[in-house]
Amino acid sequence: MALQITQSCVNCWACVDVCPNDAIYQDTPHFLIDDGKCTECLGDHADPQCAAICPIEMAIVNELGEFLNPPGSLTGIPIEKLKEFGLWREAA
Amino acid sequence: MELPVISNNAPAAEGGGCSSSGCGTAPDALGHLPDHIRAKVQDHPCYSEEAHHYFARMHVAVAPACNIQCNYCNRKYDCSNESRPGVVSELLTPDQAIKKVLAVAAEIPQMTVLGIAGPGDPLANPGRTFETFEQLSARAPDIKLCVSTNGLSLPQYVDEIAKHNIDHVTITINCVDPEVGAKIYPWIYWENKRITGVEGARILIEQQQKGLQMLTDRGILVKVNSVLIPGVNDEHLKEVSKIVKAKGAFLHNVMPLIAEPEHGTYYGIMEQPEPTPEQLQELQDACAGDMAMMRHCRQCRADAVGLLGEDRGDEFTLDKIDVMDVDYEAAMVRRKVVHDEIIEKLDAKRGIVKPKAEGIPEGSRPVLMAVAGKNGVVAEHFGHAKEFLIYEASPEGVRFISHRKTELYCGGMDSCGDGDVVEAGATESLLDRNIRVLAGCEVVLCSKVGYEPWAKLEAAGIAPNGEHAMEPIEDAVMAVYKEIAATGKLLPAAESLKVA
Repeated sequence: MALQITQSCVNCWACVDVCPNDAIYQDTPHFLIDDGKCTECLGDHADPQCAAICPIEMAIVNELGEFLNPPGSLTGIPIEKLKEFGLWREAA
Repeated sequence: MELPVISNNAPAAEGGGCSSSGCGTAPDALGHLPDHIRAKVQDHPCYSEEAHHYFARMHVAVAPACNIQCNYCNRKYDCSNESRPGVVSELLTPDQAIKKVLAVAAEIPQMTVLGIAGPGDPLANPGRTFETFEQLSARAPDIKLCVSTNGLSLPQYVDEIAKHNIDHVTITINCVDPEVGAKIYPWIYWENKRITGVEGARILIEQQQKGLQMLTDRGILVKVNSVLIPGVNDEHLKEVSKIVKAKGAFLHNVMPLIAEPEHGTYYGIMEQPEPTPEQLQELQDACAGDMAMMRHCRQCRADAVGLLGEDRGDEFTLDKIDVMDVDYEAAMVRRKVVHDEIIEKLDAKRGIVKPKAEGIPEGSRPVLMAVAGKNGVVAEHFGHAKEFLIYEASPEGVRFISHRKTELYCGGMDSCGDGDVVEAGATESLLDRNIRVLAGCEVVLCSKVGYEPWAKLEAAGIAPNGEHAMEPIEDAVMAVYKEIAATGKLLPAAESLKVA
């Protein structure tokens, strides 16, 4: 089991510094997670740390492709507004 | 037409910059400070309004990560045409940052201050931030270091800050009440968890207050920045000002919220209103009773280079600094000469008498004037001014109130990069918008005004005035104030009848 970073990533480095497994590495166009190293923080923390600090909705997904931070969950912007501004996606 | 040039203040005009203490708060924002603190800030453009006309600063964008979310911020920061906090074009590694700082310091000897301000929170990037400071204090000991933070991690790093001789810290404090905070900060990252709402705001406020106290206990100068968000923290900021002053902050900088829908921030998308210039000034005046207020802040980018209000970042992109060969030892000698000259000039200016409001009848009302100024003189064409400096003339004299930008922020993709007269989607022309920016002013002083703006300005009740080109700003403002006073228009109706 491992998490993944999507194209929504803005390369802010926040997750790199908090990952307990050093599983996140710089790449273009955005950071990536080494699925051999990622444990989803099981045993280390209650929440996966990359998803706990990531400021961007839809940037981290699990193996099912589900957003750990779905649209609107971090900013509180209502879904209709997100749709109006083209900031809404159902899945990765 | 020959323009009359009256100057009884020659050194100020020659030196550039407005006459000493008048630029800033009345009478002198730093007047209450002990000498050792004055000495620390006299060449710091972000802390001394006097210094900001002469000394330059730069920010290096080495700190991308952040540990909180603010409703006025969007982390998708990358537009080179925008000028606002949190925005950068090029993220740097500490090594690249050092190279850039040395190149800029050699090229712009007036650059005295290096700040790390983002684009995230510098203390959420402790490795990159402190490595940059450490290398710089070793290689460029003549550069002052400063750091800005949201305060969440501040208590943890106060000792580290002290160790690197960082003697200026800016903390952004928008509230002291978690209920208010919950409307500004949707979440924080704290002890390995994302904490939302009132609880997150409570922890943030607690850490900010603790960090502020720890810094002032160690004699480190603290400026507090607050973002004025109408309807959210406007009244509350008066309380914030009292509290941060009591804890030893030496300067309070209340800045207007920037919230345009195209920035994609929560406040932008939710159409949270920005404060009007009048609202901002009113609040700054209300807080001024409690502590020194800063009014010359230009809300610059996390990679800004140059004097406040200008940005020379384009001259120092990575590819350009790569081919620059910097001999910093030699540069330091040149820098010292330039710094000494400026300080000498500033010292000399302190003895100069400011233009007096002689002959103004008592009880005359104050008048706001906008000035298209540069280097302390009325210098620019109305249509070329990127910002207007707002001065108030009253029987007490002339004082600087604020600056108002004409070309506000990025207008979005369609207008990005060119100076369209009418921006795509905008319902008003740039001229109309600039006239609106001058609301509350009765006069606009500039070197020249065209026919079309002249008529529109007059129609808006703002008298255009091109009679004082190249005069020192404060002299020009006072001269115009005296002209208006002579017409009797500054006295209440009944009294002006008596005078007549």
